[in-house]
Amino acid sequence: MSQKLEAKNVNVFYDQTHVIKNVNLSVKANSVAAFIGPSGCGKSTFLRLYNRMNDLIEGFRKEGEVLLDGKDIYAKDLRVEDLRKKVGMVFQKPNPFPKSIYENVIYGLRIRGVNNKKLLDETVERSLRQAALWEEVKDNLKKSALALSGGQQQRLCIARAIATEPSVLLMDEPASALDPISSSKIEELIYELKTQYTIIIVTHNMQQAGRVSDTTAFFYLGELVEYDTTKKIFMNPSDVRTQDYITGRFG
Amino acid sequence: MNRIQTNRIKDKAFQYFGVFCTFFGLAMLAVFVLDVLRKGIHRIDWDFISNLPSRFPEKAGIFTALMGTCWILILTAIIAIPIGVAAGIYLEEYGKRNRFAAILEINITNLAGIPSIIYGLLGLEIFVRIAGLGQSVLAGALTLSLLVLPIIIVSTRESIRAVPRSLREASLALGASKWQTIWNQVLPAGGGGILTGVILALSRAVGEAAPLIVVGALAYVPFAPSTPLDEFSVLPIQIYNWVSRPQQGFVTNSAAAIIILLIVTFLMNGIAIYFRSRWQKKVKW
Repeated sequence: MSQKLEAKNVNVFYDQTHVIKNVNLSVKANSVAAFIGPSGCGKSTFLRLYNRMNDLIEGFRKEGEVLLDGKDIYAKDLRVEDLRKKVGMVFQKPNPFPKSIYENVIYGLRIRGVNNKKLLDETVERSLRQAALWEEVKDNLKKSALALSGGQQQRLCIARAIATEPSVLLMDEPASALDPISSSKIEELIYELKTQYTIIIVTHNMQQAGRVSDTTAFFYLGELVEYDTTKKIFMNPSDVRTQDYITGRFG
Repeated sequence: MNRIQTNRIKDKAFQYFGVFCTFFGLAMLAVFVLDVLRKGIHRIDWDFISNLPSRFPEKAGIFTALMGTCWILILTAIIAIPIGVAAGIYLEEYGKRNRFAAILEINITNLAGIPSIIYGLLGLEIFVRIAGLGQSVLAGALTLSLLVLPIIIVSTRESIRAVPRSLREASLALGASKWQTIWNQVLPAGGGGILTGVILALSRAVGEAAPLIVVGALAYVPFAPSTPLDEFSVLPIQIYNWVSRPQQGFVTNSAAAIIILLIVTFLMNGIAIYFRSRWQKKVKW
């Protein structure tokens, strides 16, 4: 399998603070990579490099290269709007727009000027089916997204992210604000979605990382301590810090 | 008397003082409104609203002043709303957080506190003389626009600052440009607050007399303005003019005109409250 995402000698600074220290990391296409590590270790910052959400933060500076399908996503001639169409993101807290379910799903298409009713209808059904939400909302597509439960809202956010047909899906602790049942639904969903998307998930939940991911990266104080198959990381980590973290001795 | 008792007495004393202060302002307003109603309500009829000014108090009406106020209201809205909202958006969304921005912010807040007559002098120099607009409705509206711009800018900034970051991030992460995010998410979510600020700013403009006197609004205008470059009068100036006349009839007229002006401003405030509550029901997060 080819490398979908590659990071080469990446350093990130917020003003003078060095938050990502010389990280090299590759993610294969159609696999799930989990980023784990204690709070403030830089895993979310690293995740947000892939869709350039860090650009919004004043004082942000990056060194090194981040490649998507072999192309530098920080290249001058690349439009960040195009990048974010290819790299979707799901946030920690469900953040649906205060609009109908239907309008939420097609937002990514609307802003690109797609107005073909048939295409929009198809996209809504396809995305909601993929996000395992269709059966629950198909009769209420005009209803406000804010009337949904937290777990449903998060699945709607996933549907919204995949409606533009990205190839990469970034998930920043997508289940941490949800109850266990919703959380396990999201996990099942990740398992389904990886056939079509390359997924990176940041999580604080070790069991979740163990269940859903193919590879796991352990970050600590801005460094990538260890990156290997999930099996290896959880069964036989090579670094003592990884061992300590996953067995819950610190974090 | 022990300490606890003294504290209790202080507590009570402050409570009564607070109640007194609250009702003092309200009572003054009530007395004023009742007095004006008693003096002027019988004078209000269709003739009073539709008649032109006259030397005879019984024949005089507020038609030209009311039309002038409408013209001022509409022109000021057309000029001040786009500029004020756009400036607010720029400062909040595009402006960098640095020393220059801090100075700009302090100065805009200061502008809101400048006496309105100073704006009148500014308007007289810039719009009436340099721009050559003369003593026209347009010059008056431009002057009042300057006066209410800081209010609109500040309320726009505050409303869009209250829009959660997560909403912007959701939009940007889907590939929306900054402007699309502002237009589709930030403005609708902050719209209620912006609208309220705009309406309050406009009702301030409607009640102003001082800057318009300086700019050259006239107390006696025989015809309602038909173009933005016509001479004009507004309700506050009409009131001011009538109050200063010796005849009792004109004093009654001014009381009646005050009632009309109060109705206009109460109506505008009511609309502001209505829109705010409607918007709040529609937009939740």
